[in-house]
Amino acid sequence: MKRWGRRGAVLGFAMLLATAGCAGAGGGGGGGGGENSVSVLMVNNPQMVDLQKLTADNFTKQTGITVNYTVLPENDVRDKISQEFSSQAGQYDVASLSNFEIPIYAKNGWLAPMDDYVAKDPAFNQADILKPMAVSLTAADGKLYGQPFYGESSFLMYRKDVLQAKGITMPDKPTWQQVADIAAKADGAQPNMKGICLRGQPGWGEVFAPLTTVVNTFGGTWFEKDWTAKVNAPEFKEATNFYINLIKAHGENGAPQAGFTECLNAMQQGNVAMWYDATSAAGSLEADNSPVKGKVGYVAAPVVKTQESGWLYTWAWAIQKASKKQDNAWKFISWASSQGYENLVGQQEGWAKVPAGKRASTYSNPDYLKVAGAFAEPTKNAISTADPNNPGVQPRPAPGIQFVGIPEFPDLGTRVSQDISAAIAGQETVDQALDKGQQAAEQVAAKYKK
Amino acid sequence: MSTALEPQAGAGTSAPASGGGSALRVAGDWARRAPLLPALIFMILVTQLPFVFTLIISFMNWNAYYPDQIGFAGLANYGAVFTDPDTLSAIWTTVIYTVSIVLLSLVIGFGVALLLDRAFLGRGVVRTLMITPFLIMPVAAFLVWKHALYNPNYGLFNGLLRLFFGPNAVQPDWISDWPKTSIVVSLVWEWTPFMMLILLAGLQSKPLDVIEAARIDGCSPWQVFRYMTFPHMRQYLELAGLLGSIYVVQTFDAVFTITSGGLGTANLPYIIYTIFYNAHDYGKASAAGVVVVAATIAIATFALRTVSSLFRED
Repeated sequence: MKRWGRRGAVLGFAMLLATAGCAGAGGGGGGGGGENSVSVLMVNNPQMVDLQKLTADNFTKQTGITVNYTVLPENDVRDKISQEFSSQAGQYDVASLSNFEIPIYAKNGWLAPMDDYVAKDPAFNQADILKPMAVSLTAADGKLYGQPFYGESSFLMYRKDVLQAKGITMPDKPTWQQVADIAAKADGAQPNMKGICLRGQPGWGEVFAPLTTVVNTFGGTWFEKDWTAKVNAPEFKEATNFYINLIKAHGENGAPQAGFTECLNAMQQGNVAMWYDATSAAGSLEADNSPVKGKVGYVAAPVVKTQESGWLYTWAWAIQKASKKQDNAWKFISWASSQGYENLVGQQEGWAKVPAGKRASTYSNPDYLKVAGAFAEPTKNAISTADPNNPGVQPRPAPGIQFVGIPEFPDLGTRVSQDISAAIAGQETVDQALDKGQQAAEQVAAKYKK
Repeated sequence: MSTALEPQAGAGTSAPASGGGSALRVAGDWARRAPLLPALIFMILVTQLPFVFTLIISFMNWNAYYPDQIGFAGLANYGAVFTDPDTLSAIWTTVIYTVSIVLLSLVIGFGVALLLDRAFLGRGVVRTLMITPFLIMPVAAFLVWKHALYNPNYGLFNGLLRLFFGPNAVQPDWISDWPKTSIVVSLVWEWTPFMMLILLAGLQSKPLDVIEAARIDGCSPWQVFRYMTFPHMRQYLELAGLLGSIYVVQTFDAVFTITSGGLGTANLPYIIYTIFYNAHDYGKASAAGVVVVAATIAIATFALRTVSSLFRED
């Protein structure tokens, strides 16, 4: 009896070990690999999935380097990358990061600079990369830490047919006041049609992406150069009041829950005449199955006190500093972010799927212009005029247009956005919302002031 | 907790009380227990260790963006949880959700269970239909609530209003005008089938002969319900209420999908999610998680004692 019991326990322990072993193997699946390989941790966006599909037959065939991908949803990939890179375990050589994270990670010493690789790789043609993209991936030390895979800015989309029927002409570079006037005139132009769609859904990447660009061009800012918080300053307040009043008067229904997806629906279903949002939305509006295909015009992001106001966002590649295969990592990046890869996607997957928004040459490619002609030029202009280091009227303590490039901003922006959303719903006033936001911003600033 | 499980717990305590050959008996006991040990150890490892780690992390200063500052923080995280106005309002919101959703779905679920307890043609089909809301993946269900039902432009509710009251019917913006109610209604829809299932099982285990006897003795249907069905259902109502509360406290999908925590709808699980994913503050998120677990245990114990003592006085 006793022996049997012990044997049972041993067996059980062995089973435990076996399961633990499985879990370990599952967790570490992306790492390691042979000498001639590279491990990539990336977000599961459609462009990345295409990349994964095209790698073996092209990159591996040409270079002999095998690529081990770990692909995760956006929130999970952020978490995994910050854990992986903060411990500098060297398990992954390359990771997909946005231009929000790259300067922060570089400052923490988690990334390897790319300047030498770029200099030695003329075929990569760094000069072709749109300047603001490169600037937004350059850290405070002046070194380049990322290469864009695809990118976007923001612009104003409007229904050409609706405005024409009303006898309204859209200026090439409208001011926000002009946009508000047009929204008032276009409101009700068709049954159930509102003037404009602006995001109101809480989240630092939802309502505060467009709203921060409005604040910038009204002369406001989250922080001044010396980290003085300015969230309830007159300019920030004026911009927020303008944004919220425009939504309340001529904006989409259900605005406090409307994010990118809801506005895209509203625009496609003819529920709004204008929409200020990401340039990447144009691809969906001009898709073959879109009811508004060919009816949409595109102009620069509306301004007030600044010359430009479009935002800048990119998913980019970065190399982990602790990586022992940095040469292979660069070869991979040099292929994935190349013009040649864009052509490959265009030929094999269709030109609408090209990871655009990073190279000037993309916008002179006749094949690409065939599918993107309607919005290619405004998109290129929007991206190439964005200035991530100087988006407003005053110097900033941290880079970023629609965000402040500090680790605390996602939390700060999301908190304040909850109150903004409540103000849109009429639950509280803009003053109340921004006074609370000011307190939260001062708490964040205290950390940097000392 | 003890009252609901009393009969079963009583059965386990009647151990044989013999005197001699104790060593042999102990060995025999262990031989019987040994095959269970791997499962027990495994269960402790997978269920209790994560909580122990959460407990440890809750006393640490741990932010993913500041790996060089990881260290012991004492009670600072708990202090931050209890002084943060967002967390405090989230605690209140959680209480409102839990009480209203559990009570409403208990009442509706009991009503539906009473109807389904009668024999009628197609009862099996109706029962399956009634359970369906609980089987749909929550995120998918709440996306439908947000877009297909509540949406002021193309949602079903406003569509019905237009259908019945013409093109100039009022078109409320359901979620913005009644944010908490919108969440509660969608969650009552999800949890009513769960309550109904438990209560229906209770109703069907009702001793029919006693009720028949009562009818013969001249009891009205109301008296049968009040003095026979209802006391019989007490344990089932308690169980449904308890399980429902534990699950509803953890609700995340509805808040995340329908309002993204806006308009005062953020509850504790949603706040923990934002602390974890936006602020990357693992210490504070763990502290908030520990508070939720402690509060759930306390409330569940307290609520159950109160409920059972109420019934006992009856």
